[in-house]
Amino acid sequence: MVQAVNDGLKSIMREDDSVLVLGEDVGPKGGVFLATEGLTSEFGEDRCFDTPLSEDGIIGVGVGLAMNGMKPVCEIQFQDFIFPAFDQIVSEAAKMRYRSGGQYTVPMVIRTPYGGGIRGGLYHSQSGEAYFAHTAGLKVVVPSTPYDAKGLLISSILDPDPVVFLEPKALYRAFREDVPEEMYTVDLSTTRDVVPGDDAVIFCYGAMVPVATEAARRVKESRNKDVRVVDLRTLMPLDEDAVLQAARDCGRIVIVQEAPRFCGYGSELSAMIAEHAVEYLEAPIKRVTGFDTPFPNTLENYYLPDARRVTDAVEEVLDF
Amino acid sequence: MSETLQIIDPSGKKVGTAPRLKNEVLLAMYRAMVRTRAFDDRCMKLQRTGKIGFSVPNKGIEATSVGAAAALDLATDWVAPHYRDFGIPLFHGIEAVAMMDNMYGNVDDNAVGRQMPVHFSFDNPLKYLSISSPLGTQIPQAVGIAMAMKRRKEKGVCLTTFGDGSTNTLGFHSGMNFAGVFGAPVIFLCQNNGWAISCPVEKQTASDGFAIKGEAYGIPGVTVDGNDVLAVYRVVSEAIKRARAGEGPTLIEAVTFRMGGHSTSDDPSKYVDPKEFDEWEGRCPIKRFRSYLIAEGKLSEEEADAIQAEADAEMMAAAKEAEAKPVPSLDTIFTDVYAEVPPHLRAQSDFAIGHYSSRGEGVNEKGEFPL
Repeated sequence: MVQAVNDGLKSIMREDDSVLVLGEDVGPKGGVFLATEGLTSEFGEDRCFDTPLSEDGIIGVGVGLAMNGMKPVCEIQFQDFIFPAFDQIVSEAAKMRYRSGGQYTVPMVIRTPYGGGIRGGLYHSQSGEAYFAHTAGLKVVVPSTPYDAKGLLISSILDPDPVVFLEPKALYRAFREDVPEEMYTVDLSTTRDVVPGDDAVIFCYGAMVPVATEAARRVKESRNKDVRVVDLRTLMPLDEDAVLQAARDCGRIVIVQEAPRFCGYGSELSAMIAEHAVEYLEAPIKRVTGFDTPFPNTLENYYLPDARRVTDAVEEVLDF
Repeated sequence: MSETLQIIDPSGKKVGTAPRLKNEVLLAMYRAMVRTRAFDDRCMKLQRTGKIGFSVPNKGIEATSVGAAAALDLATDWVAPHYRDFGIPLFHGIEAVAMMDNMYGNVDDNAVGRQMPVHFSFDNPLKYLSISSPLGTQIPQAVGIAMAMKRRKEKGVCLTTFGDGSTNTLGFHSGMNFAGVFGAPVIFLCQNNGWAISCPVEKQTASDGFAIKGEAYGIPGVTVDGNDVLAVYRVVSEAIKRARAGEGPTLIEAVTFRMGGHSTSDDPSKYVDPKEFDEWEGRCPIKRFRSYLIAEGKLSEEEADAIQAEADAEMMAAAKEAEAKPVPSLDTIFTDVYAEVPPHLRAQSDFAIGHYSSRGEGVNEKGEFPL
């Protein structure tokens, strides 16, 4: 996936001179995960450049660049380090169009690796999507495959509004997939059916997609039930129609997120389904999530939802 | 850049006035530097052989850490550190095995396996604050700690350490400003090791060094050869003396060099000219202090070799001891989130222990991982 991100950046930078990449170590080093490898050598230091170690500066400068005709792609090295820039993201980027009546806009992408699975402990593992999805004015995109990573990234860069693009770092090098060399887009606000099925549905995104897919496979084996797996891909604005349709089709629902449970993204999904499709439900909605604690290090595999925990939840809703 | 204080030159020759220190203190400083290098070496080997997940090289930084540590008074002073300062706890009697427990994230780790390696937390015999990965956050905290001391009319000071990269953070600027305004007894020690991961100093700041950044906050700034342990000791001691006398904070820039990558996940050969490593190898803080001590007749070659051998053996044994300990039990995911475990976390804890112990993966019904 990290190569697909790199390829996406290169493709759009070749097409569009106004796309700039900035962040810590994104230049000659190519980023700590090598997502920006080769950009400085191909496009020069004025289009892909290292910044001082200041997230607040990276995003604030990105907002300025975006308001003045550029399409900045800001990298925050780990999503855990984004918080010094929270003010610029939440108070500035998200509200600029609204507060200027559309005079000023921020077509900016904030790319940042998020999530667990690399033994990163408290500060290299967090999943903060709910903070951003909660903030009006931001779009929130989470790819789970190399193909989607490239297509969604290009769509995000072309989008007229600020996009927080969360890259599941556990999947950066998890598996290979052929990705077209040319430029292409994957529409924002569309979901993807990973596995078809009508007996139950798992809603998931990011690094939980392969976990949910494995759970669906196990349930097929254990119960001969067809469990649909829906990759949400864009958390805000969500394709609500697709989610509600899947809920109505299947009637038994499991939501998986690695972020903590309380006020997590799954809480909103659960409420939405309860409000709009409760008459179709054949079992209580079940969430499988990280715990409501900081992210541990030594015990991270016990914190993260795995296929077994998801399988148990699916069997529970099937047995209800 | 302001004039850089040096007492021992790279060849080990005395070129300034040495602080008056007892032989036993000088030898303790030397021993701590050698032990710091040995701890670092051992951790790098443990990481490369897959025994631990991560480390941050401390090679080259030993004089800055130990020189500053030696100036502190354990009875009253606090340290708000960053992650590249192994020499401070090692000088002050923190046992190597306690540090190794953190490298392994085992049951005896003060961070209870919750943090990545090198994120130490100690409170005895040294107040050494729990280390964060986000940078610069400890700097305003150090000011608050120092303000509390001042308010209670205590003699203590707070030393905060950070790298050159951290001078770009919000924490550095707010911390410096508050310290200047409130006259806090705090010592800001900037370890200018040349690189913020792959970003050289000239790409981080257009100012003439870092010490000058104190001026705008009304804080005196001094520059010191960070590979000269006696020079670091002297400037930190003087800053502490000023702070204890109620004369406020000092910003110190210790000029040194990171003789390795940012971390075990980083490959510096992609961006550091190998000539730079060669150049700084010639300024090695340990060789320099060793030559000085031998020339002054305070240490013999044999004694120096013995200190090295002891340090290597100590770190090997510490790693073995830490490796033999079990990992923390599952309930430690849920404790210390709040002073008391609230009902929703109690329920999640019970679920986790029940779920994982039923899977028969080495977890018992108490959530422990017996060996």
